[in-house]
Amino acid sequence: MADLATNFVGIRSPNPFWLASAPPTDKEYNVVRAFRAGWGGVVWKTLGLDPHIVNVNGPRYGVVYGADRRVLGLNNIELITDRPLDVNLREIKKVKRDWPDRAMVVSLMVPCEEWAWKQILPLVEETGADGIELNFGCPHGMSERGMGSAVGQVPEYIEMVTRWCKQNTRMPVLVKLTPNITDVRYPARAAKAGGADGVSLINTISSITSVNLDDWSPEPSIDGKGSHGGYCGPAVKPIALNMVAEIARDAETLGLPISGIGGVTTWRDAAEFIALGAGSVQVCTAAMTYGFKIVQEMVSGLSQYLDEKGMSLDDLRGRAVPNVTDWRYLNLNYVTKARIDQDLCIKCGRCYAACEDTSHQAIGIGPGRTFEVIDAECVACNLCVNVCPVENCISMIELEPGVTDPRTGLVVRDEYANWTQHPNNPAAAAAE
Amino acid sequence: MNDASRMPGLRAGRLSPEIYALNFSDAYPPLDRHEALVAADRCYFCHDAPCVTACPTEIDIPLFIRQIATGTPEAAAKTIFDQNILGGMCARVCPTETLCEEACVRELAEGKPVRIGALQRHATDTLMARGVHPFVRAAPTGRQVAVVGAGPAGLACAHRLALHGHAVTLFEARPKAGGLNEYGIASYKTVDGFAQAEVEWLMQIGGIGIETGRMLGRDLSLETLREEFDAVFLGLGLPAAYALEGAAQAGVRAAVDFIADLRQADDLSALPVGRDVVVIGGGMTAIDAAVQARLLGAEHVTIVYRRGPDRMPASVKEQRHATARGVRILHNAQPVAVLGEGRATGVEFAYTAETDGRLAPTGETFVLKADQVLLAIGQWLEDAPDGLERDGARLRTDARGRTTMAGVWAGGDCVAGNAGLTVAAVAQGRDAAEDIHTALGAGKDTR
Ligand SMILES: Cc1cc2nc3c(=O)[nH]c(=O)nc-3n(C[C@H](O)[C@H](O)[C@H](O)COP(=O)(O)OP(=O)(O)OC[C@H]3O[C@@H](n4cnc5c(N)ncnc54)[C@H](O)[C@@H]3O)c2cc1C
Ligand SMILES: Cc1cc2nc3c(=O)[nH]c(=O)nc-3n(C[C@H](O)[C@H](O)[C@H](O)COP(=O)(O)O)c2cc1C
Ligand code: SF4
Ligand code: SF4
Ligand code: SF4
Repeated sequence: MADLATNFVGIRSPNPFWLASAPPTDKEYNVVRAFRAGWGGVVWKTLGLDPHIVNVNGPRYGVVYGADRRVLGLNNIELITDRPLDVNLREIKKVKRDWPDRAMVVSLMVPCEEWAWKQILPLVEETGADGIELNFGCPHGMSERGMGSAVGQVPEYIEMVTRWCKQNTRMPVLVKLTPNITDVRYPARAAKAGGADGVSLINTISSITSVNLDDWSPEPSIDGKGSHGGYCGPAVKPIALNMVAEIARDAETLGLPISGIGGVTTWRDAAEFIALGAGSVQVCTAAMTYGFKIVQEMVSGLSQYLDEKGMSLDDLRGRAVPNVTDWRYLNLNYVTKARIDQDLCIKCGRCYAACEDTSHQAIGIGPGRTFEVIDAECVACNLCVNVCPVENCISMIELEPGVTDPRTGLVVRDEYANWTQHPNNPAAAAAE
Repeated sequence: MNDASRMPGLRAGRLSPEIYALNFSDAYPPLDRHEALVAADRCYFCHDAPCVTACPTEIDIPLFIRQIATGTPEAAAKTIFDQNILGGMCARVCPTETLCEEACVRELAEGKPVRIGALQRHATDTLMARGVHPFVRAAPTGRQVAVVGAGPAGLACAHRLALHGHAVTLFEARPKAGGLNEYGIASYKTVDGFAQAEVEWLMQIGGIGIETGRMLGRDLSLETLREEFDAVFLGLGLPAAYALEGAAQAGVRAAVDFIADLRQADDLSALPVGRDVVVIGGGMTAIDAAVQARLLGAEHVTIVYRRGPDRMPASVKEQRHATARGVRILHNAQPVAVLGEGRATGVEFAYTAETDGRLAPTGETFVLKADQVLLAIGQWLEDAPDGLERDGARLRTDARGRTTMAGVWAGGDCVAGNAGLTVAAVAQGRDAAEDIHTALGAGKDTR
């Protein structure tokens, strides 16, 4: 079994799997059960100043289902903790004392004024918590009050508040970023400039999951009205992975520790975040859907994967970052063609429909309903691979150098060549 | 069909070689990777899952299915073996329709449970095909335990004891280990020598010595074992016995012996089988004997059970399996005598009626033609060592598997109250090993 012990910005945990700040971490009862189930750490549900906020008393969630009612996306209109500050602090202290080997990070959200941060930081420090996470991400409710994503959308505020925190506590400071911005690198750079020890991302994405077509209210409907919520769960993972990768490869934030969040449901999801540079991963929706026990699968799966690869967790961290690049640097001399394995094909014709109607008319139907790729037309988009119901039935085969691509009539060349050098690129021509 | 198939009497070679091969191939072929992923996807990962409660070895089913779904069937296998070291055999032979799959919430919802047994086989086959033994034996404790009987109960007990570092000697009366896995279970459930392969794989834990051809009561005495070992576990199984008028004639035998011969046969076409076969009993043994008699080429095979269909120990699925293979099942009739003059020619039965759970003949009788009679009834532990108290036909133990004699544990079919299933024997063997470990660890002299 591979060693999964993690040291993230100086915070130690027996594995990199933390529960994100959300209902799973909003009280001692939950957190203790989570630790018993095997979670490496938690980010406690976001604390605010008293008087504590109130939540709606109707439904909080909207959902997007896949086949068989599998939860693919969840949105919520829940606010930060709705329990008194001292109750939370007391419980945090007790849990940290009883579970010293687990990571205990406390999420905070108070008004954008220095006194407020100066007031809450010593109280948190007193609990013995390992670090704090600044919630600049919540996109609903709190943002209307000038907090959460209202701060996270203004890099100057991020930098300012981060600096206040660094000046007023010795605890490591993580800045939790909102995805509700155009370019995530700016808030990440601001966090770094303010002295953050690391960033966590993503928080939830502003969303309306569905509209009730009988009473014309967005879901979840509170007495006939709805408000946009924050979207999370498997559906947001691709967005989160990209944002993590953007920060991991940005020259200005190179090496800034990242806690990866967004749709982590299995060990594979976690491994992907880690490969893109995440030092720990945080989970919310998967735990809310399946319960705390899923961490056992995450632990066994990640260690089996590392063992099979003969890698350590450190070896995996960031392993994919050098392979994330700009489009313009992709090798245009890499030529592939789709190939259909006739033994596996079940003759459903989905590849044909996709290619004929929406792509490049590169699949032909032969006698006996056989489907074959026409190399002279195939642009190698791999749409057919994606829509084929049979795994590995269609594969993309690379053309060897020296072979003529029947579509372009050009001989495939061995050397790497990208858009920056291409004759059709006006900028390339200008550079010559 | 050839001429041989219509010949009366006990005859070998009733079928062509191709038909034998087809009849005795894997009854439920394994899932391929894609099928396993589709099947795994249906699991809801239930909280405090009812399927786990229904499994006598309490395998963490939602976890292992999730491990399959996330592409780590090897980790899934480890989850299974943690609870049930014979998880590979159980995946093949458990009547899942009356255990985990009956309890599955999707059985309740749609009448279509998650295919737990098939998924378990997928996981365990994957790991075993890699030749990996996923456990490491603890440092030797210097303690010695004798395990008598290398069936599921004895094997599970031996493995768990070895895991804890104890030195185990397995004494087995038969030439091969495996118990009914090797000599009993229907051959189409466990093809390609799986039972022996599983034993060899299990032994990789180390610390287990096996002595075959050594029978307690004949070659060994319980007294000596108690003297020479720190603890003794008895996993003797339950030999077949029968007392029926006329049963001593040619053509009459215990169904388990018929099956044992079949399981050990290299050439099925050399096995004699009747043209008119009557099987008496209502459990898994009766079903397996009847089905395999059909598959060997018997023309008419009838199972006769003394109570109604709902009381039959074999599950509805098993009964359907038999009827689908042309076996006739007669209910509410009990045997009176085997007819014939030295060689069976028929069996006389009396119809029965059950009132308030009490069974009585109605007075009406009938005769079934039979050149072969297989008895799958009335098992009795005859050769149990003296000094052990019984509960009915079998040994009395407490919940921890302790017999009435200090230092002697027992489990599996030889113990009263056992469900008569492979998985139940594994659970008892494992739990007794844990109790032995506790007793030895506590430094108590159990002798
Ligand atoms: C025909 C048949 C079909 C079955 N099919 C199924 C099925 O499909 N699914 C299922 O779950 N269960 C099935 N069962 C039941 C299952 O096989 C048993 O419940 C299980 O094998 C019991 O395990 P055990 O270890 O207690 O006994 P056994 O498997 O009987 O093993 C006992 C071992 O002890 C040895 N032994 C006995 N006495 C001595 C002695 N004095 N000294 C040394 N060794 C001794 C025996 O040789 C044997 O190897 C079937 C049973 C039969 C007979
Ligand atoms: C009901 C709910 C409440 C949440 N509350 C908070 C919160 O108080 N503070 C916070 O930083 N993030 C909060 N989040 C966001 C999660 O911490 C996490 O960033 C997000 O859900 C993405 O992860 P996931 O896809 O694993 O759910 C909440 C999410 C949900 C679903
Ligand atoms: S999940 Fe629990 S708290 Fe929420 S609506 Fe259902 S019963 Fe009520
Ligand atoms: S989509 Fe796949 S299975 Fe269907 S016809 Fe095309 S190649 Fe065959
Ligand atoms: S009861 Fe069925 S659905 Fe639920 S965990 Fe067990 S196998 Fe899965």
